[in-house]
Amino acid sequence: MKTLILKDIDDLIIGSLGIVAFISFFVGGVITIQTALNIDNPLIPPSLVGFATRQSVILEFAPTFTSIIIAGKVGSFITSSIGTMRVTEQIDALEVMGINSLNYLIFPKTVALLLYPFVIAIGMFLGILGGMAACVFGGFSSLEDFIIGIQTDFTPFHVTYAFIKTFVFAFVLATIPSFYGYYMKGGALEVGKASTTSFVWTSVVIILLNYLLTQMLLS
Amino acid sequence: MIEVTDLHKSFGDTEILKGITTTFDKGKTNLIIGQSGSGKTVFLKCLLGLFEYEQGSIAYDGKIFSKLSDAQKRDLRAEIGMVFQGSALFDSMTIAQNVMFPLKMFTKQSKSEMEDRVDFVLKRVNLADAHNKMPSEASGGMQKRVAIARAIVNNPKYLFCDEPNSGLDPKTSMVIDNLIQEITDEYQIITVINSHDMNSVMEIGEKIVFLKNGYKEWEGSKDTIFKTDNKSVTDFVYSSNLFKKVRRMYIEEHQ
Ligand SMILES: Nc1ncnc2c1ncn2[C@@H]1O[C@H](COP(=O)(O)OP(=O)(O)O)[C@@H](O)[C@H]1O
Ligand SMILES: [Mg+2]
Repeated sequence: MKTLILKDIDDLIIGSLGIVAFISFFVGGVITIQTALNIDNPLIPPSLVGFATRQSVILEFAPTFTSIIIAGKVGSFITSSIGTMRVTEQIDALEVMGINSLNYLIFPKTVALLLYPFVIAIGMFLGILGGMAACVFGGFSSLEDFIIGIQTDFTPFHVTYAFIKTFVFAFVLATIPSFYGYYMKGGALEVGKASTTSFVWTSVVIILLNYLLTQMLLS
Repeated sequence: MIEVTDLHKSFGDTEILKGITTTFDKGKTNLIIGQSGSGKTVFLKCLLGLFEYEQGSIAYDGKIFSKLSDAQKRDLRAEIGMVFQGSALFDSMTIAQNVMFPLKMFTKQSKSEMEDRVDFVLKRVNLADAHNKMPSEASGGMQKRVAIARAIVNNPKYLFCDEPNSGLDPKTSMVIDNLIQEITDEYQIITVINSHDMNSVMEIGEKIVFLKNGYKEWEGSKDTIFKTDNKSVTDFVYSSNLFKKVRRMYIEEHQ
């Protein structure tokens, strides 16, 4: 079981760091540019750019949109790997050996995805860093103003809210794709279809839960 | 002995098995034959307890599977080896790890005992030096032999094989068939093999059960299958001209 968990951490968590880092950094940059370009009122303080970037990245971009991307990457990986085990009868082989295959396959993935909040924390950090870089290199405001903006009106509960969402999404990312893979029927073609369907439903569930959790926790 | 009595199995409204009764003896290679889609795999999976069935019973040496407790089922599973149609090797593990897997699950042997046993069975299937290969690096015939090694590693009393030579060339098929028969005889296992391969029928069909439309259409052995007048059997078995000729020659010879 330990080796399975380690393998899943490698596949699901370590394997996602690159794409999350890349996307977070550049989208953080874009958020900053968009915000800066949309304020031309001299009454608005220049630190607003940093403030807006922080809020968007921590509240929505890092927890929710990264999870949608991860639903595409990790979710379809989980569905196709478990689905392949189903169609090649590897799951039957586990059952014949007296193993509870559902548990055997899903438990390590759920445990591995407990580390998912770390991925999101890195995404938050790099998103804000990307914003800062874009702001300074694009000449939208000074580094000092940006840093003041990041520190303005900081509500620790927003971070808590973001991580509550992240935990919930991690659970969704581990379970929905696993069930689509585990209960699929057919052959190689159906594995591909199951991966697509699983991505669609994982995203839909994440978006709906995001709405519900936001309503519950922030309003 | 495995005794199957009046086995019924449906998926939704379609009844796949409509009351199968038969027995399988120790030390013999028992063949289930029938067209593709005739329910051979479903039948085998019912025997293994992978599928629930609506009616009928399956007894392993007197023990009725459905009446066993979970612990007893587990004990029985430890005595069962299965070779799946596509080999079903775990593709994230090496060949040696695949073969060792049932030992880890069912026994409390030490690492070195398990390694010795894995060496022994891999040698038995003529794969003495494939330990560290991944299944994807092995040919179809090799994968099949690994699957057989994995099925027999824990000294099973019952061995099930689903089309063990589908997708293999005739020569490799023969090697696999003979290997299964030798192992069955050597360790006095109860072996049940699904097949639609006529070479297997002629070579290792010590007992043959012919399934058609969900019923047991005919039962016999490789000796009696030549002589039977059952039209479904002769249509199925002698579908090629070559086998029709072989049959004629056989009958002439034995008159
Ligand atoms: N899990 C399943 N769900 C629904 N139908 C199935 C399932 N498995 C097999 N069947 C149906 O049962 C019939 C017999 O299949 P099978 O036992 O695989 O035939 P074969 O003799 O070729 O092994 C087929 O019509 C197949 O579609
Ligand atoms: Mg079959």
